[in-house]
Parts: sequence; structure tokens; C-alpha cells
Amino acid sequence: MYEFDWSSIPGSLPFLWQGMMISLGITIVAVAAGIAWGTVLAVMRLSPSRPISLFATLYVSLFRSVPLVMVLLWFFLIVPSLLRDVLRLSHATDLRLASAMVGFSLFEAAYYSEIMRAGIQSVSKGQSSAALALGMTPLQAMWHVVLPQAFRNMVPLLLTQAIILFQDTSLVYVSALADFFGAAYKVGDRDGRLVEMLLFAGAVYFVLCSAASWGVRVLRRRVLA
Amino acid sequence: MDFGIFFSPVPTGETTYLGWLLQGLRTTIALSLASWVLALALGTLLGILRTVPNPGLRAFAGSYVELFRNVPLLVQLFVWYFVVPELAPGGHRFKQIDPFTQQFLASAACLGLFTAARVCEQVRAGIESLPRGQKNAGLALGLTLPQTYRYVLLPMAARLIVPPLTSETLNVFKNSAVCSTIGLLELTAQGRQLVDYTAHAYESFLAVTALYLLVNATIQLLMRAVESRARVPGYLGSRK
Amino acid sequence: MISLRNVHKSYGHVQVLNGCSAEIRKGEVIVVCGPSGSGKSTLIKCINGLEPIDRGEIVVEGVSVGARGTDLPKLRARVGMVFQHFELFPHMTVMDNLTLAQVKVLGRGADQARQKAGALLDRVGLREHAAKHPGQLSGGQQQRVAIARALALDPVCMLFDEPTSALDPEMINEVLDVMTALARDGMTMVVVTHEMGFARKVANRVVFMDQGCIVEQAPSAEFFAAPKSERAQQFLSKVLEH
Repeated sequence: MYEFDWSSIPGSLPFLWQGMMISLGITIVAVAAGIAWGTVLAVMRLSPSRPISLFATLYVSLFRSVPLVMVLLWFFLIVPSLLRDVLRLSHATDLRLASAMVGFSLFEAAYYSEIMRAGIQSVSKGQSSAALALGMTPLQAMWHVVLPQAFRNMVPLLLTQAIILFQDTSLVYVSALADFFGAAYKVGDRDGRLVEMLLFAGAVYFVLCSAASWGVRVLRRRVLA
Repeated sequence: MDFGIFFSPVPTGETTYLGWLLQGLRTTIALSLASWVLALALGTLLGILRTVPNPGLRAFAGSYVELFRNVPLLVQLFVWYFVVPELAPGGHRFKQIDPFTQQFLASAACLGLFTAARVCEQVRAGIESLPRGQKNAGLALGLTLPQTYRYVLLPMAARLIVPPLTSETLNVFKNSAVCSTIGLLELTAQGRQLVDYTAHAYESFLAVTALYLLVNATIQLLMRAVESRARVPGYLGSRK
Repeated sequence: MISLRNVHKSYGHVQVLNGCSAEIRKGEVIVVCGPSGSGKSTLIKCINGLEPIDRGEIVVEGVSVGARGTDLPKLRARVGMVFQHFELFPHMTVMDNLTLAQVKVLGRGADQARQKAGALLDRVGLREHAAKHPGQLSGGQQQRVAIARALALDPVCMLFDEPTSALDPEMINEVLDVMTALARDGMTMVVVTHEMGFARKVANRVVFMDQGCIVEQAPSAEFFAAPKSERAQQFLSKVLEH
């Protein structure tokens, strides 16, 4: 019978907390940037201009066809050296966090763009007709009338995707960046208490994500029903 | 960019770098198929359990879904690979199998059970989207509940959920890449090896990306064929 | 003010407008009527370019609607439109609905826009609802706000696409009253409607359409007393039976 020893946890809490801050930081940046860029992509896909809509379609299809791990590895292995050459930074600069944030944002934007595209199409055509009839340009109609409504309609899905993103931040493990999971693993490895730390990490994620999902369900019923 | 690198032999000499990539692809496909079979079987069962009258069974299946959806896949994988052999009876024997098999089994179990939670939700949605009258009609004819599921509800639900199952199939293939983190030499891991050994990062990543896109396109074509066979004439969404 | 010359339009294989021609002078009130599918809604949407035409020409105050260089947003700011389903913007208050286009399209200052909006709300009798959202208003109230929204841009003419068809019977009159007052003040109006009472009392001319063609045009008194074409006679007998 395995003998559990949870003593590693209390002492390492500050380190784990730092890791959690990184996880949350990446999540918030990637959600904000992902929704912004994803909305632009969605509007581009609906554009009457062939080259623009083609670019957006190809972008979304590409990022939805490849694993996130691969994209993160690509950003971890290739982009930093590329950026260093272009921006002439010293080799000591730690670009891991920045490249993780950029990689996540570009990847998640593809998923957010599909959500926003559905949202835009859920707004009745009469609304954009009315906006155009008032003399607004198509872009004005999109910005003032269609997007606010599309966004409101899609809030539950946008939040659910954010919860998934939060879970996915654990994948920065491949770049040895110490997010919450990476920190838990490091502590477990160092102290030889990997079993306890992994179970602890799992439990923390479970509690946080269940609570967040429950919150989204409540929001859906109360505010949007 | 030098694409000839793929045809150079690897340091140990038994194959080319392209051969390594293809080995990785083979592992990816094998892992995905094994996990998918497990996920379909278990997920269908759980999906049915979420719709039966018995509240205990429904709660059990519901808890399963909650657990496997609220813990990141990477964490689940590490638990299967590092924790389960320590805690489960017979775990010490598991640790004595060769590394590749250990990694493969842990990966298949993890990916299978993870995906089963998602399949469960699709099956549940499919069954719940059927008109209530269907179940009642089956029961009114004297069929037992299990028979009603088998002959009336499941055949229709199965056809309805082919499109969402297509995206789940693609997800399994993409999620298999996570298993590279415990050392399994699937496609992404081989890509990383190539970068380490050849220092030709761009070519390696382009090749790996191209292979994933190829797998993706193949699956979508296959599933479209399945979809057109599975369509029910006259039902919403069918074109006949 | 508005000229339609030989307008053709098709959706795929279906010919929706088949060589329609009409002249509308300043200050005229035109009612367009006909059986459903006759193309009347499509025709009115072509006047402000919401629907493109295949052949022919539409000229509004000297501006050709279909021409390549035409600034459509600018044109549409001068042509007001009221929709069957009101199409107020649900995420904005009534006041914001009225000021949005004034500020963003005409470039008016926010205060000036609000003043104008307030005056128009008075005109349609809904000033006290300015801070509400469209969802909190009845259908008749929403449509009156929609009329005010179109008037806020000081259009030279107003297009109405079945403005009362989506309203409960008891609310139809409040909207028709606003439209009647508008006509009395000299606004050029093109109204697609089934409300024959309004047509008889307020319209200068009636345009009858069937299957994409303008079958008959006549001053309204003439049209209702003695329609010349057989299809118009059939239509009137069915509609006026109530």
C-alpha cells in the first residue's frame, strides 16, 4: 500500500501560487486577444472580398487542424530565436512567457472566430438592413449594431472556451515554463512526492473549473434566459 | 531551406529522418484508433446512462463527465503514467513492461477515458433531441426499456450525432500529441527529435504540420462518406 | 423626385421584378399594393439600394442608385425607411436608437442629436419612453419610434415596407395616425401596405403590382372607384370584403 505524504505542499505554496499566476495570466491575455482577433477573423470570413475571406478561412482551418502542443512547440523552439534576430535582443531575455501568450492567442483566435461567426449569423438580417438603411457603412453597421448583439448572444460559449483555455495552459509544460502544473510537477519531482503533487494539482484544477462551469450555467439561466 | 534533410539517414542508421516521422505517424494513428474504440464503447454506455429513469445511474454518469471534463488532459495523462502504477494493484508489474508499451497503454487509457466523457455528452444530446413520443411509442408497443433503446432510440440517435462525432474524431488525433510529454514517440515527439538532431527547425515543423493536415483531410473525407450513408430520408438535415 | 425606369431583378431563376417603371413627385404619397409575391417589398428595397437591380435605372433626387460611383450610405441617409418588423436596435435605449445615425452618419454633435430626437419623440407621442429599451415597448410604440428614427436624419422621402403588418389590430391605428400626419406635412412617401383605408384617405396614387409587374397606376379615388385591370378588380374584391 502506497504511503501518502502530503508534507511537500505547505512549503511549496508560494511557488505554486506563482505558477497559478502565470496560468491565469496566460489565460486572460489569450482570451482577450483571442476574442479580439477571432472577431476580426469572423468578420473577414463574411467579407465580400474573396482574398480576405479566403485568408481568414485558411487561417481558421489551419489552426483548428493541428494540435495545440505542436503550435506551442513551434512558438517555443522557433519564434524566440526569430524574434531575437529581428529585434536584436540579448540571448538572456526570457521570451518563453511572451511566446506562450502569442502562441495561445493566435491558436485560440481560430476557435473564438467560429463562435463569433455563429454569433454574427444569429443576429437577424433585418438589423443590418435597418442600420444600412440609416446610411451606415457596412463596417459601421457591424460595429454598432451586429457585433454587440452577436457578442451578447455568445457569452456562455465564449466563457466555456475560456475555461478550456485555462486547462490548456498546462501545456506550456513543453517549454519548461513554470505554470501551476509545471510548478506542481517540479516540486513533486524534487521531493520525490510526484504522486501527491499530481493528485493535488488535479484536485485544484477540478475545483476551479467545476466552479467556473457552474458559474457559467447560473449566468446562462439567470441573465440570459 | 533544405528539404533533402528528410532523406538523410539517422545517426543510428536504420532509417531516414522521414522514416522517423512516419514511425511517429504510425504511433499517432494506432494510439488514436485504440483510444477512439474505447471512447466510443464507454461513451455510448455512459450517454445512455445519462438518459435512463434511474437517478443513481444518471448521477454516476454525470459525475464521470464532470470529473473528466474539469481536469486538464495533461494532468490526467501524468496521473495515468505516474500515479496509477503506484496506487493500483499490479502496478509494480506494469512498471516492468518496456517503456514504449507503458507509455502507449497509459496514453490510450487516458485519451480513451477523456474522450468517452465527450462522446457521452454527444450521445446524450442525440437521444434527448429525439421527440419524446418515440420512447413512448416503443414502450406502448410492449417493448421493454432496453429494447426501446436498442431498436428505436439508439439507431436514430447514432445517425444524428455523426457530424459532432466527426469533430470528436479529429480531436482525438489532435489530443494524441499531448502524449508526447511522457515520452511516447508519436508524430509531435518525432518532430521535436528531428529539430534536436538536424537543427533544421522550419523544415521539421512544416513536415509535421503537413502530416497533421493530411490526417485531418482524410478523416473529414471518410466521415463525410459515413455521414451520407447515415442520413435518414426526410429527417431534418438530410438532403434526400 | 424618384424615378424608376424599366427595373428588372431576379433571384436565381425567379424573375421578381419585370420591367417596372414609375415616377414619384415631391410631396406625393404613393401606396403600393398587390398579392403576396408580387414584388412590392423587393421594389421598395431597390429604391434605397438594399437590393441591387439587374437592369434598368432608379434615380433618387438626381442620384442613380445602381451606378458604380454612387455613395450609397450618403444616399440612404436622405431616404428614410421603416421596416415591417420595426428593427429597432435592442441593445440600445430609444434615445440612443434615434441619435446613433445622427452622430455617426451625419456627424451631428451629441447634444444637437438628442434635442432633435426629443422633438421627434414628442411628435410621435413617446417622449416619456426615451430611456427605455425597445423590448419594453409595445409593437405600436416600437414602430412609432422606428418612424422617428428614420425622420431624425431629415430625409427627403420615406419608404414604408408593410409598416403595420406585424402589429396587433388595436395598435395599427396609432401608427397610421403618425403616417397620416406625416403626409399632411408634405412628406414624399412610398408605402407598401394592405391597409386600404389609409390608401383611400391619404394616398395620392395607388400602384398595383402582380407577379413582378406594375399592372396599374391611378389616382387613388379612381383606382378604388373603378379599377381598370381584371387582376386589380379581383384583388380589390378580395381585400375589401372585410
